[in-house]
Amino acid sequence: MKHTLSVLVENKPGVLTRVASLFARRGFNIDSLAVGITEDPTLSRMTIVVAADETALEQVTKQLHKLINVIKIQDLDPKDMIDRELVLYKVNAAPERRHEIIEIANVFRAKIVDVGKNSLTIEATGTSDKLAAMEDLLRAYGIKELARTGKIALARGSRDA
Amino acid sequence: MRVTAAQAIVKSLQAEGVEVVFGYPGGVVLPLFDALYEAEGIRVILTRHEQGAAHAADAYARVTGKPGVVIVTSGPGAANTVTGIANAYMDSVPIVVITGQVATHVLGTDAFQETDITGITIPITKHNYLLDDAEDAAQVMAEAFHIATTGRPGPVLIDVPVDVSRGELTFKYPEKVSLPGYKPTVKGHAKQIKEAANLIAKARKPLLYVGGGVLSSDGARELKELAELMQLPVVTTLMGKGAFPEDHHLFVGMPGMHGGKFTNYAITETDLLFGIGVRFDDRVTGKLATFASKAKIVHVDVDPAEIGKNRSVDIPIVGDARTVIAAVTAELRKMGAEPRTEAWMRVIDDWRARYPFHYHQSATSIMPEYAVERVRELTKDRPTVYCTEVGQNQMWACQYLKIREPRTWASSGGLGTMGFGLPAAIGAQLGRPDHLVIDIAGDGSIQMNSQELATAAINNLPVKVVILNNGYLGMVRQWQELFYGKRYSSSTLPQDCPDFVKLAEAYGAFGVRATTPAELDAALTAAFEHPGPAIVDVRVEREENVFPMVAPGGSIDEMLGGIPGGPVSEMLDAEEFVEEVWE
Ligand SMILES: Cc1ncc(C[n+]2csc(CCOP(=O)(O)OP(=O)(O)O)c2C)c(N)n1
Ligand SMILES: [Mg+2]
Repeated sequence: MKHTLSVLVENKPGVLTRVASLFARRGFNIDSLAVGITEDPTLSRMTIVVAADETALEQVTKQLHKLINVIKIQDLDPKDMIDRELVLYKVNAAPERRHEIIEIANVFRAKIVDVGKNSLTIEATGTSDKLAAMEDLLRAYGIKELARTGKIALARGSRDA
Repeated sequence: MRVTAAQAIVKSLQAEGVEVVFGYPGGVVLPLFDALYEAEGIRVILTRHEQGAAHAADAYARVTGKPGVVIVTSGPGAANTVTGIANAYMDSVPIVVITGQVATHVLGTDAFQETDITGITIPITKHNYLLDDAEDAAQVMAEAFHIATTGRPGPVLIDVPVDVSRGELTFKYPEKVSLPGYKPTVKGHAKQIKEAANLIAKARKPLLYVGGGVLSSDGARELKELAELMQLPVVTTLMGKGAFPEDHHLFVGMPGMHGGKFTNYAITETDLLFGIGVRFDDRVTGKLATFASKAKIVHVDVDPAEIGKNRSVDIPIVGDARTVIAAVTAELRKMGAEPRTEAWMRVIDDWRARYPFHYHQSATSIMPEYAVERVRELTKDRPTVYCTEVGQNQMWACQYLKIREPRTWASSGGLGTMGFGLPAAIGAQLGRPDHLVIDIAGDGSIQMNSQELATAAINNLPVKVVILNNGYLGMVRQWQELFYGKRYSSSTLPQDCPDFVKLAEAYGAFGVRATTPAELDAALTAAFEHPGPAIVDVRVEREENVFPMVAPGGSIDEMLGGIPGGPVSEMLDAEEFVEEVWE
């Protein structure tokens, strides 16, 4: 099962290493990890996507809690979270096929952010499902390069007290 | 008052009440050693190897309950402490290790004697710091001691670049430390405690399974109270030795791979396994599926990550062992619970009588078990701290010594570090100057840190090393005998190289050899009475094995060797007893 962990950590050097190496040491493969400063500049939020069963996840969560720099961990409920990922696709695009690709981008509310002689670069954000669907279509044209931020997520506002 | 960070670190040590520092100097740590020079109230013990310093600090902490402190230089000095840090981490021992580091402006350039020691020790420290600003020195020291000694104790490392140690600050030692991401739970959950007490009151075959957590929370007294109130039998793990007096009628030995048959049977038959400060280590549990499979499990631990890690648990209680034990006892008193373990104790006593540790005596050669027994008998009226090396020697020490007091036992548990014993004895002797300190050693292990004989000799630390010299890496040989067709690959050591008596003498220590049982007592006594450090080279029967033994991965009630017999006492089948115990 895929889990999205939202981990609040102290914004200090080395914290990313501590977290990442803990996952590696305990035999977890991280699908994605995104990290950035929060509303409080002394804190960063890491959004970590891992595949794990319940027992293994419980163990790794407890181990994470033991890191002194880790303040809070949430295992986000997929039904009750907002998650986004940003992807850049550089797609093969001969001039005569550009419009097809632009159309796909439009359907998915993605943006063309660069145009080359034989390529288009598309910026897309969304949930993993949406991005996967779009990627599927783009593959037909040939994706030359791809970069993604990894998922970031927050619990929905309805969960606030 | 402005002071350098190096001075602030020493002042912090003083503020923490540190009396002994184990260390070894080198280029970038000189500001610290300079600040230590003539520092009031702190004795600096120069070991002969940084690993020795780390183990000595570790054992000092084990026997005193106070954190051990190590100060070494960067690069090789820091790297040499790694085994010692890993050892302290595995056994949850509070030590604070301060390492020198190259100057900040060359950090990351592979400068001379630069090693990324904070990176290296992430997985083997509870926490570590790179002190990058002199202003933070006192704060970081206070945090380090706080983290090392509270919750589940463990090693903390502080890496101090040489320019930072020369930087200045106004020293003020923080009175309180508050870390947003670190709040160990001390008190157990009240409802869980009540349920646990209920289970004890109801159980017919309860068993307390006690580990190092009880010692590190100084909970031996509370444990004894609980056990005696409800007449609960107690097993202590290798790490828990001393948490319960081993000459007590409720003591049921050490469980696990080389534990007592009677102990493992008790675990197999218990209906309530009450674990306190233990971690269901594989050397204890053997095959998990059959470990205490008839029992409800209560698990008390200050580290929530240990609960349910290896074995699922019925009643988890996160909290400090001593606090929780006292709360459970209070609850039982409130309930007016009465002991009901008489029949169960009879079964256990029967097992204990049937399946004691056992070996064949010899008139001509010294059996290693006999040597340990003689050490036990010759020290039974003296306050003694027992340390061990690793291997057969350690297991015989576990089986044949009787540890009577908390914090009088120092043995490398989780890491199984050969070479721990002698530096540990040194640390223990410094922590308990009035105790006789003995290292039960192997001829292999002792050679891993024998240079520390110099530390013992120079500092007048009268530690006694009793080498069970079998001319083998005996535990390795035993496995090769049992599981590798007696192919003794790289496990033979010549018994007379080195000549351990001469080795002792080379350091100005006392050396004596015993080759026959008749010589043994005199040799041991001479060493124990000698005012300085001593080695007893005990030439033991070479191919004796440690039994009984649970085969790796096997069920703990199926043991090789020892006195033949099954787990089930005849009494368990007796009808009246069945009635009495199971209703
Ligand atoms: C540093 C280290 N290296 C290797 C081992 C593996 N090992 C475990 S017991 C043992 C043999 C120990 O020999 P000795 O000290 O003579 O003790 P004996 O078993 O003969 O009593 C070895 C090599 C270890 N535990 N520690
Ligand atoms: Mg040996």
